[in-house]
Amino acid sequence: MNSLSLYFSFIRNCLRAQMLFPTAFLLRFGSQFIITITEFGGLYALFMRFHHIRGWTFPEIAMFYGVVSVAFALADTTCRGFDMFGPQFVKTGDFDRVLLRPRPATLQLMGFEFGFTSLGRVLQGGIALAIAIALLHIDWSLAKVFLVVWAMTGGFALFFGILLLQATLSFWTVESLEIVNTLTYGGIEAAQYPLDIYANWFRKFLTFVVPLGCVIYFPIATVLGRNDVAGVAPWLGAAAPLAGVAFLAVAFAAWRIGIGHYTSTGS
Amino acid sequence: MTALPYLAILRARFVLMLQYRAAAFAGFATQCWWGGIKIMVMAAFYASAARQPIDLAQVITYTWLGQGLLGLLPWQADAEVSEAVETGNVAYERLRPVDTHTLWLARAIAARAANTSLRVVPMFVAAAIVLPLIGLGAWRWRMPSSPQAGTLFAISISLTVLLSSAFTVLLNIAVTALKTRRAANLAPVLVSPLSGMIVPLVLMPVWLQPFLFWQPFAGLVDIPYRIYFANLTGMAALAGIAAQTLWIVLFVLAGRAWMARVMARVDMQGS
Amino acid sequence: MAQIRVENLSKTYRVGVRDPGLGGALRGLFHRRYREIAALSGVSFSLERGELLGFIGPNGAGKSTTIKILSGILRPTSGRCDVDGLVPWQQRIAHVARIGVVFGQRTQLWWDLPIGESFSLLRDIYRVDPSQFARRKARLVDMLKISSLLDTPMRQLSLGQRMRCEIAAALLHAPSILFLDEPTIGLDAVSKLALRDFVKDLNRTDGVTVILTTHDMHDIEALAKRVIIIGNGKLLRDSSFESMRSDVLGERRLIVDFAGDSDDVAIAGASIRARDGRSVEYVFDPLRTAAHTLISRIAAAHDVVDIRVEDPKIEEVIARFYALHGAVES
Repeated sequence: MNSLSLYFSFIRNCLRAQMLFPTAFLLRFGSQFIITITEFGGLYALFMRFHHIRGWTFPEIAMFYGVVSVAFALADTTCRGFDMFGPQFVKTGDFDRVLLRPRPATLQLMGFEFGFTSLGRVLQGGIALAIAIALLHIDWSLAKVFLVVWAMTGGFALFFGILLLQATLSFWTVESLEIVNTLTYGGIEAAQYPLDIYANWFRKFLTFVVPLGCVIYFPIATVLGRNDVAGVAPWLGAAAPLAGVAFLAVAFAAWRIGIGHYTSTGS
Repeated sequence: MTALPYLAILRARFVLMLQYRAAAFAGFATQCWWGGIKIMVMAAFYASAARQPIDLAQVITYTWLGQGLLGLLPWQADAEVSEAVETGNVAYERLRPVDTHTLWLARAIAARAANTSLRVVPMFVAAAIVLPLIGLGAWRWRMPSSPQAGTLFAISISLTVLLSSAFTVLLNIAVTALKTRRAANLAPVLVSPLSGMIVPLVLMPVWLQPFLFWQPFAGLVDIPYRIYFANLTGMAALAGIAAQTLWIVLFVLAGRAWMARVMARVDMQGS
Repeated sequence: MAQIRVENLSKTYRVGVRDPGLGGALRGLFHRRYREIAALSGVSFSLERGELLGFIGPNGAGKSTTIKILSGILRPTSGRCDVDGLVPWQQRIAHVARIGVVFGQRTQLWWDLPIGESFSLLRDIYRVDPSQFARRKARLVDMLKISSLLDTPMRQLSLGQRMRCEIAAALLHAPSILFLDEPTIGLDAVSKLALRDFVKDLNRTDGVTVILTTHDMHDIEALAKRVIIIGNGKLLRDSSFESMRSDVLGERRLIVDFAGDSDDVAIAGASIRARDGRSVEYVFDPLRTAAHTLISRIAAAHDVVDIRVEDPKIEEVIARFYALHGAVES
């Protein structure tokens, strides 16, 4: 069976296992959705008081927020195996079993669990985006639609890369990789706002080190026609999500090094 | 009944925590990051001038307090209890020669205290001392507005510990009753927004304020912090403390009643 | 041509050291110390196709390290190893497709899935031809008597049931080598016997090479003609179990229950090891005096109620061996 069919096989089994307890499943989906919607509500409450943030209005922020939410949620859903890699595989020694199967470790980890309940966040992100699109008056073209999708793809690659790096770190220390949450959840928090509201050093960090700016801010600012504020030419804004893919490639390289370390030191 | 077993619990947690040195550094860095982002965002909002119920300096202090005292919040049931419930060992809790509700309450208090004392010190040093030293004093964690504010804050935050612990015990009982740690999943949903961690409650719409003030979770974050920088003074501060006390009493009474019913049904699992 | 060849295999680890107590924990926050552990030093052996090898040694001796290296999930510090022409850790995917591994204390089956579903998933993972798979699965299910379990999720099985399913799972893809790491641990007597019979059958009928690691010496006695003993990371013995036994503790015991009380129960050719009322335990060297000779001598001189001849227990033999070689638990 080829890799893709095997992956779908894994997902099917995962769904079946989760559906054994439908109420629990719905509760988790529901609470995910409620938590994320509440955060979005908090955002709205702030805008009710302040009306704008350095010239950016609520619908524009909602668009940033929607894109980054969906990108992250998709990564969170598909990459659970990497997110839980430390406690679930390294600490228990179950990674040995992964290595004892004649399939790439990445495929097995992606198939480990499909976070169906995180689709609650995807839904919320979609709602935020819908609100944004409804309230904004954008001249939609095919190119702009594509750019939004491309930004989400770049965002997905970036968050996948972050989770991959977190998994790689767990080869060295299984204890508390909560620091990576600064980049995942912290990343959503930071990237939902246009980067020009931040201090210069932080903006640079989010552009060159963890390129959240490249995958969200630049392309979406381009869609919104605010290239002058963002300080990037439209073509650059359109190409920027590539940085997410590059980040993922680097993360994979680190991952391979991590596996090498694991097989040298045992569990 | 001596305090010895509870002191032992506290000490054990400290040693456990110190072992996780990566965790110690990581937790600290995470919180600096979170605090930093929130403050930068709020500063950008506040740049649009109009007068607000609390000013930027107070929001900044609020944020640092929130990060430093994050360990006080009841995000989930006690890990030991969740573990015991899932392995079927929870009935062993009844074999200990102490009242179970008090035991769980003490354990929750110990966990909160241990968690927090470790986190708050580096956070305080960084935000209250280092920031001014490197010329970023405008973003610092400010001291309580006055000796009265400080004293009232000390009282209020102690009540927060009790409130949070009493709520945690309720979560423990829920987990025991439903035999899964997922029973506590709704905790962050309630705690996060209603305590004021997402947005300071006082910045929410005016018509929501009465409800927000008197709901139980305000006492976890919003009430003590506003007392700290004298946004709540005199009678208002005392009202806040009364609200906290009220909910502590309600949670404890509800907890004891519920526990009696649940424990009667708990069984031990063989393997 | 040997199927498995191990040459001079060595493995050293670096382990972090932390001082105990509160002060040590605080110090550990800032400064870490290490020590080196030699898990394996220069181990060499080879195995032909279809052999059944018992791998024994005290805890921490290096058994699991060797197994991990042979299965490809651990890289040695130095030395060479090849299995069916492949270097395990270098050609991982090709290598693991040909081996089956059963860990006594961990499971490879999916917790929530019915056993049959787990098997199907494994068929997909190992790319087994569906018709071959169906035949093989039917045969294994029959031999291991697990047909009633196929619809049960793994978490509901007892340990004995789980182990049988584990073994079936490890064999579904027709591996040429089977690694069994402490397979009988925690099993009841009946399950242990059944498992041993199955492994013996499998090795004899299908010619599957089996490497068995165990602390249960009865497993060894029942299954392994050849044993390798590892101690302190070194290979201490590679021979048949019988030859090791006769080298290490070749004595035999004769237990006699006398009819009456007697002071003089000494017998030529044997010495008295223990005495409990009317029951006397003699020890003798079977190479110099045959058991029946001794029995005749005793029966001629005394009235006897019962006589038993025993070999020293296997655990005694092994313990003696370890003691002789200074092989200690680490």
